[in-house]
Amino acid sequence: MVLLFAGAAGCATTNGGNDARDPAEGFNRNMHAFNEAFDEAIGKPVATGYRNVVPGPVRTWVRNFFANIADLWIGANNLLQGKPLDAVTDWARFGFNTTLGLFGINDIASEMGIEKHDEDFGQTLGRWGAGDGAYLVWPLLGSSTVRDTIGLVPDFYFDPVPQHRPTGVRWAMIVLRATSKRADLLDASRILEEAALDKYVFQRDAYLQRRRSLIHDGNPPRAGRPQPRAEETIEPAPRASLAAPAVSPHALEAAIRLLEEPAQPHPGSVVGSGG
Amino acid sequence: MLARLLRPATAVAALAFLGAAQAQMEAPDALVKNVTLEVVAIIQKDIKDGDRRKIIALIEDKVLPHFNFNAMTASAVGRNWDKASPEQRSRLTDEFRTLVVRTYASSLAAYSGQKFDFRPLRAKPTDTDVTVNVRVLQSGAQPVQIDYDMEKRANGWKVWDVRVAGISLVVNYRTEFDNLVREGGVDGLIKALQAKNKSLERPGAAAPAPGVKK
Repeated sequence: MVLLFAGAAGCATTNGGNDARDPAEGFNRNMHAFNEAFDEAIGKPVATGYRNVVPGPVRTWVRNFFANIADLWIGANNLLQGKPLDAVTDWARFGFNTTLGLFGINDIASEMGIEKHDEDFGQTLGRWGAGDGAYLVWPLLGSSTVRDTIGLVPDFYFDPVPQHRPTGVRWAMIVLRATSKRADLLDASRILEEAALDKYVFQRDAYLQRRRSLIHDGNPPRAGRPQPRAEETIEPAPRASLAAPAVSPHALEAAIRLLEEPAQPHPGSVVGSGG
Repeated sequence: MLARLLRPATAVAALAFLGAAQAQMEAPDALVKNVTLEVVAIIQKDIKDGDRRKIIALIEDKVLPHFNFNAMTASAVGRNWDKASPEQRSRLTDEFRTLVVRTYASSLAAYSGQKFDFRPLRAKPTDTDVTVNVRVLQSGAQPVQIDYDMEKRANGWKVWDVRVAGISLVVNYRTEFDNLVREGGVDGLIKALQAKNKSLERPGAAAPAPGVKK
């Protein structure tokens, strides 16, 4: 299975689009456009209304309630990823928050210093060695990859909300959770809108970077940067540092070298060395 | 006579200069902490209305001196940096800086009192290239990790990349910039950046979405 993913990532052809990670760019852009239209028409207005009408503390209760339910499956994924201590932490969070935190509406575990984790089965597959596979955009669900799409199946299966009965309550909970999540992202999506020149590309690259970081719990092995040369550190302070002085040739060289050899490990790197 | 008078003056000047240099060469983690806390305190105290102009001025004043925008732009533009003339490079740097400052201002405007966790620096005193790690704590969610990649320069530690939740600012612009250069050359990229910055100047464009209460 792992090989299959690696193959999917490796054989990606560059027809039409120009990114090897995104062979289905035509389809994905259509899905992205659909999602944008849906968000403009329904997602954003509903989330904005929710944020304006429901007081902040109540929104925090809602967020915490669903986050607490999720901690059980997050713990299971940590166990599957060979991190039993993290798994115990997640289940301890669930225990404290469900009891002392009143059915999870108060995240007292975080206040006690028991931090929340972010795990799902796509990350577990990544931890087991599965590559991203092709980038994919699904209607309503948004950015994904072949690996993360496969991960969604157990994620959905072990999610208590869609299993809930009666179905009326189930749908109310699904909508409330989606609204709460979208409301939490209102600021972020506005910033994304402002920052991106091509929103599709910006969002795709951000998703792929984010997933890579999550799979490695915030410390992915990363392309290093050559150490600055000695003479660089003793050069006189540029006087007009605010007036955009010409970039030093060394920094430039370093930047280019970094681009040409993205996978080169960096001996002096702090991140990822674990030290 | 004159020389004797001047000597102490020079000594005092040299000492003052040394003192200034020493103060500038604050440890990178201390620098990030002090600047973050100072900026956030000013925003909470004096810029409650989220006034975009004031926040941008604050960033230009307090934050930008600690960024190496030339290195950031060179890295974001990537291999096409070679093709750019010195004049194009300086325009690219200017436009990219404007865009990043705007985005930064939006992030700060969205700040609503979250607590920070400033992580101890894991680096040797001799290191000249470090990553300073800050986490923003929030209820019901994993803390958001912010990494500042910093390099020691003669005039202090300078940031050359920021990673928010594992997303590198520089890396995230690389594909976009590459596509734009392929379509319209370096000038095409400069034009696209200018157009983007202009669109953000429109009244309301950079303000919170209509109807959103702060």
